[in-house]
Amino acid sequence: MPDTPIRPSAWGGLTTILDTPLKRQVAIAVILMAMIVAPLLFGQYATVILTNALLYVVLALGLNIVVGYAGLLDLGFAAFFAVGAYTVGIATLNFGLNFWLALPLAVFFAIIAGIIIGTPTLRLRSDYLAIVTLGFGEIVRLAARNLRETGGASGLSGIESPWLFGWHISTPLDFYYVFCVLAIIAVVVSVRLANSRLGRAWLYVRHDEDAAEAMGIDRVKVKLAAYVVGAVYGAIGGAFFAANLGAISPNSFSFQQSVLILMAVILGGMGKIPGVILGAFIVILAPELLRDFGDLRLFIFAVGLLLIMLFRPSGIWPAKSRTGARR
Amino acid sequence: MGFIDIFSQQLVNGIVLGSFYALVALGYTMVFGVVKLLNFAHGDLYMVGGFAGFLILSFLSPFIGPGWFGVAVSMVFAMIAVGILGVVIERVAYAPMLSAPRLSILITALAVSLVLQNGMLTITKGQYVPFGSALGFGGVNLGSLFISYNQMILVGVSIALMAGLEIFVSRTQYGRAMRAVSVDKDMSRLLGINVNRVIAGTFFLGTGLAAAAGTMAGAYYGSLWYFMGFLIGLKAFTAAVIGGIGSIPGAMLGGLILGLLESFGTQLPGVGSEWKDVFSFSVLILVLVFKPTGLLGKPEQERM
Amino acid sequence: MTLLQVQGVSLSFAGSKVLQGVNFAVAEGAIASLIGPNGAGKTSLFNCITGFYKPQAGSIRLAGTETLRMKPHQVTRSGIARTFQNVRLFREMSVTENVMSGLHCRTSAGIIESILRLPGQQREETMIRDFAEECLTFVGITEGWDRDATTLPYGWQRRVEIARALATKPKLLLLDEPAAGLTSSEKEDLIGLIGRIRDQRGISVLLIEHDTGLVMRVSERISVLDHGVMIAEGAPKEIQANPKVIEAYLGVEDGEASLGL
Ligand SMILES: Nc1ncnc2c1ncn2[C@@H]1O[C@H](COP(=O)(O)OP(=O)(O)OP(=O)(O)O)[C@@H](O)[C@H]1O
Ligand SMILES: [Mg+2]
Repeated sequence: MPDTPIRPSAWGGLTTILDTPLKRQVAIAVILMAMIVAPLLFGQYATVILTNALLYVVLALGLNIVVGYAGLLDLGFAAFFAVGAYTVGIATLNFGLNFWLALPLAVFFAIIAGIIIGTPTLRLRSDYLAIVTLGFGEIVRLAARNLRETGGASGLSGIESPWLFGWHISTPLDFYYVFCVLAIIAVVVSVRLANSRLGRAWLYVRHDEDAAEAMGIDRVKVKLAAYVVGAVYGAIGGAFFAANLGAISPNSFSFQQSVLILMAVILGGMGKIPGVILGAFIVILAPELLRDFGDLRLFIFAVGLLLIMLFRPSGIWPAKSRTGARR
Repeated sequence: MGFIDIFSQQLVNGIVLGSFYALVALGYTMVFGVVKLLNFAHGDLYMVGGFAGFLILSFLSPFIGPGWFGVAVSMVFAMIAVGILGVVIERVAYAPMLSAPRLSILITALAVSLVLQNGMLTITKGQYVPFGSALGFGGVNLGSLFISYNQMILVGVSIALMAGLEIFVSRTQYGRAMRAVSVDKDMSRLLGINVNRVIAGTFFLGTGLAAAAGTMAGAYYGSLWYFMGFLIGLKAFTAAVIGGIGSIPGAMLGGLILGLLESFGTQLPGVGSEWKDVFSFSVLILVLVFKPTGLLGKPEQERM
Repeated sequence: MTLLQVQGVSLSFAGSKVLQGVNFAVAEGAIASLIGPNGAGKTSLFNCITGFYKPQAGSIRLAGTETLRMKPHQVTRSGIARTFQNVRLFREMSVTENVMSGLHCRTSAGIIESILRLPGQQREETMIRDFAEECLTFVGITEGWDRDATTLPYGWQRRVEIARALATKPKLLLLDEPAAGLTSSEKEDLIGLIGRIRDQRGISVLLIEHDTGLVMRVSERISVLDHGVMIAEGAPKEIQANPKVIEAYLGVEDGEASLGL
């Protein structure tokens, strides 16, 4: 029997490199140090860009649960991002709530929205979810643009930046560190879910729905859980996004936004956390590097996505420990 | 205007809109029927069809004029050109994927859609492009109701195309092969049907119809935009679902119903034109909840 | 006592009648077999029992509870586990993880417990892994637990599938052609395993099988399905002597030979 041990892992190929706890701890320490000193080295402009990249890490990790783990194509992820941002905007501006009270409200609304959209569609063929989420994304964007409460096309502004135990989170550097913490939490939660009963159920359902059902797994419930967890990630990202910018408008929640987040998930390698993080950085940093290309840059991304799908569907990030099984 | 006037005016608008939706929905449904693939790029092929018609018309209009005749000739060429593009896309992007997990195929289709969209964005720099047709403003008055010749021609051409398709699918050998493949691909192969050719033909026809709709839309509304396929793709899908995805008469019916729903829906109190799209997507979600097989679709027991 | 009671089940697809008023029962603690020529409707009957197909008429009861309207996962929860005719293990997942899937319906940890790694969830995870490994050992797979299940040799995959079904802690185990593609020594092991499943675990077993020699040896009751109709039911000896059965098999091939006469 050829010995090809395969340990499916949310970490992708990393598990073979970082095979001892010591190596792993060193790696984590290095990454943490890099995160702390990066803004001090690169200056304010880079800090803003990095903050944006970290926001995308959060969003992409959320979408990764839906797409990468449960295998569902969600084309309207920006809708949940919008739900989070607008809830915080409206709750703080119109109802005078403090950010930390608005945040759970945002999560609550995202869960409700996720259940309303997910429950009917997840019973159907997976293709339907893709297109219904596309429609849902448009509904939310259009609602934001047409409603008075959401400030119409110009959106909301003057959202106050939050206080935390006497610390006024207000400068770009403050927000950079806040997003660092969020990204770390997003990673930890993703890893823990991946290695749980529910995380395995996502993979079972994704690989073979019938076999999963035969093993007593309620595929609708399990998919709904993935969809709702993704929604919560999106809403939290949106809430902090609103607090960071202080102003939001419907343009931030367009179809292109959903596509960009999806690209982050797929380019790096869906289902693999380092891959998704890499993807988020590519999606945010590449436009900075390709600035001269103007509109061509989206085209380059699109072609890149197509090539990835045709020639390397598992993404850029290597999946050493799982090769052979993937086509 | 009285109630009757508003009603009949919206009826005309709904039928015009509905014929666009139906033409695009047909391609969606045909491709889905035969390869069980949701071709996300379908709406963008409609957009490319519009631009192809525009290019051809701008070459030909010195000779055949920018009127309906010129548009019709350009439309035929655009159908052929974009139909071939559809086949190429199927061969290059979808064919290698047909045995891959469904998620991969869906993402590939999305990628194709984005390539077309952003390719056109790059070429047109995101600007609206005037179509360059000159169609005239004549029409007939029925009481206070005005129906333009353009609307009549547009609906007439759509009906002719759909009738042609229906005859092709139900009467010809090729159409029968198409239906056989949509029921059981492996069985069809055993019976000696060249399945790949049938799939290619389906893409050609479906994409061609979308291109026809794109050209007509360009001529009728007067301008083109790289993003014009996005919404209509969604709407056409909605139409296909209303009619029962996979069913050709269903797509026609669904298109008409959605067109009418939209034009009447915007007259409802509280549903202004800015809520039109929200209205149609809500219809989509409601149909999926209460009648996912659509009006003319057949429920199927999935094979284990 | 009857464990599984199938009454008047009829199933058709687009006009073709696959099952016609099938009556059928499995007693508690029994090892029973379902045989019949290719295309007789055996797998379809399994699919009805496990909730994948919805018959147009009839009733299916497990220990008195109607399961006909249940979804497949609910049927599994209520105590019927199955394997598939063409092995369907989860790709890209290890052998152990494949078997762990069976415990999903017997455990409960949710999102919050998993994120916070609460002690209850940790205990449950250990229990899931331990029980999965116990099931693997029970079916005789004691190594290669970390390998991608779909890279195992075929005979092993079949046993992993049985372990996975056992992990759901069923009352009744349905095996769809478990001996197909096995070597003769593997078939011997299978006969032993089926016996142990019933004797040591108290799980009743119903199998579909074309290898009549194996069927005659392992089962206490045999039911014969032909063209969607149940044509005979009885002890192995009676079935072997039943002229209707011989004819059903003669209709398709050398009936006597295939019945091992
Ligand atoms: N989902 C379905 N749609 C249409 N026909 C079906 C479906 N499932 C099964 N059938 C038909 O039902 C009949 C019985 O099939 P089934 O798989 O139950 O037979 P079987 O007894 O298990 O045969 P085998 O010994 O070859 O496995 C076949 O003619 C098959 O084509
Ligand atoms: Mg069978």
